[in-house]
Amino acid sequence: MKIGKQTWQFASEPRVISTGSAVGEKEGKGPLGIDFDLVITDPYVGQKTWEKAERKMMEMAQDKAIEKAGLSMNNMDIIIAGDLLCQNISANFAARTAGRPYLGVFSACATSMEAVALSALMVDAGQADYALAAVSSHNSTAERMFRFPTEYGAQKPPTAHSTVTGAGALVIGRAPNGIKITHATIGTVTDLGVQSPWEMGAAMAPAAAQTIDQHFRDTGRQPTDYDAIATGDLARVGHPIASELLLQKGWNLGDRFTDCGILIYDPDSQHEVFSGGSGAACCAVVTFSHLFNKLTTGIWKRILIVATGALLSSVSAQQNETVPCVAHAVVFEADQN
Amino acid sequence: MSVRMGEEQKQYQEFLKSRQPAKHWLKNSIRAFFAGGIICLIGQGIQETFVHFYHMSEQMAGNPTVAILIFLSALFTGIGVYDVFARYAGAGSAVPVTGFANAIASAALEHKSEGYITGIGTNMFKVAGPVIVYGVVAAFFVGLVRYVFTNF
Repeated sequence: MKIGKQTWQFASEPRVISTGSAVGEKEGKGPLGIDFDLVITDPYVGQKTWEKAERKMMEMAQDKAIEKAGLSMNNMDIIIAGDLLCQNISANFAARTAGRPYLGVFSACATSMEAVALSALMVDAGQADYALAAVSSHNSTAERMFRFPTEYGAQKPPTAHSTVTGAGALVIGRAPNGIKITHATIGTVTDLGVQSPWEMGAAMAPAAAQTIDQHFRDTGRQPTDYDAIATGDLARVGHPIASELLLQKGWNLGDRFTDCGILIYDPDSQHEVFSGGSGAACCAVVTFSHLFNKLTTGIWKRILIVATGALLSSVSAQQNETVPCVAHAVVFEADQN
Repeated sequence: MSVRMGEEQKQYQEFLKSRQPAKHWLKNSIRAFFAGGIICLIGQGIQETFVHFYHMSEQMAGNPTVAILIFLSALFTGIGVYDVFARYAGAGSAVPVTGFANAIASAALEHKSEGYITGIGTNMFKVAGPVIVYGVVAAFFVGLVRYVFTNF
C-alpha cells in the first residue's frame, strides 16, 4: 500500500526468516568481525579470478541464509539480487547456480535495500512464500572496475572509500516470528553537482537526506520513533554532511544516526580505510548481522536503514559527468513476542 | 556536464567547501620529494657501480641502470609491495621510471585473467599508454621547434 509520496507500507509485515553474511579478512578484523557468519581470509575464496571470488561469496551468503532458515534453495520462489560489476555478473552467475526464478537489480551501493524492499513487496503481495534478497561487492573487482589495477601504486585522497569485500543475503517470508519489514521508502535520483568519483560521500549525502526527509513526511513519524537510523556508506565525510542537511530540513537525528561505512572498519588500527567502507555489501553485511543483532536481542525496537548508491560508471566519470545518487530506505522492527 | 548547474547545485558546492577534509599537500609533497630522491639515489648508485666496476662510460651505464630499476619495480609490483610503498610516497614513486614500470606491470597482472592476447596484450598500456602517446607527440613538437631554430 502506498502512503504519502514515495513510501510503501507492507500490511502483512513480511518477516526476515534468516540472514547470511560472508566477508573478507579486512572486514573480519574490523570492529564487527564477530558478528559475521563467515569470514573468508583468502581474497580469492579458492577461485582463479577476483570476479569468481565475489560470485562464490554471494553463493556462500545465500546458502548460509537458507541453511539457517532450515530450508533449501528449492523453497525460494524468487531471488532478487545485484552487485556492482558490469551486467551484474556476480548476481546473475550465482542465480545460474541457484536455478530459481531470478530478478537482477542495480542501484550501486543502494542495491541492498532495493532488493530487500522488492522481496518484501513480493512476499506482501503473495507472489512469493519465500524470497531471497542478496548483494555482493569485492574490493579487488571494484578497484579494477572503477579505479586502478589492484597493484598500481596510487595515492588516494582522504575522501576515498574502501570497497567492502563481502556478500549479504536475507530470506524473507511469512512467519509467526522474526524481524518485521514494515515500510520501504524508494528514493529519487538526486544530483547536486559533485563530479569527483573520489567524493562519493559528499555526492550521496543529499540523496540520503532527501529519502529520510520524505520517509518522515510520508509516515508522519519523527526521528525519535527510531532507535537507530543508519545510512549505507556515506562514511566519515558524507555522514556529517547528511546530518547537517537533515538539520536544515528540521530533523535532528542526534546520536541515533549512524553509518554502516563508518561502523565496519576501525581507521585507527586498520590500514587503507580512508573515510570508511562502501560497496553494495557494506550496508548489507552490517545491517544483516550487527544491526539485526540489536533487534533480535531486544536492545532496539525499530530501525531505519537507508542504503545509498552513487549511480556513476567509469565511462560517465571519464566523460566528466556529475554523479547522480539514490537512497532507498527500509524499516525493520523487532518481534514483539 | 549534463546536469545544469542550477542555484541548488551551486549552493551545495559552496556548502561543501568547508566540509571536505583537507588534502595533505605539504605532507605529500615532502614525502614525494624524499621518496623520489631515494629512488634516484639508488639509481645513481647502480650507475656508479657500472662506471667504476665495469668501466662503462656514464652514458653507456644509463641503459643497464634503467633496466635494473624497471626490473626491480616490476618485481616489487608482482610481490605486492610497490603499491604499499606508492601509497606512502605518492608522486615520489610515480614520477621516476619505476612508476612507469609499475603502471605497466600492474595492468598486465590485473588483466591476465582475460588471457595473454585480449587480456595482457590489450590492457598492458591502459594506465601508462597516455605517457607514451603524449611523450611522442611532445617530442615531435620539441623536435620541430629545434629544427626550425637550428636551420633557419
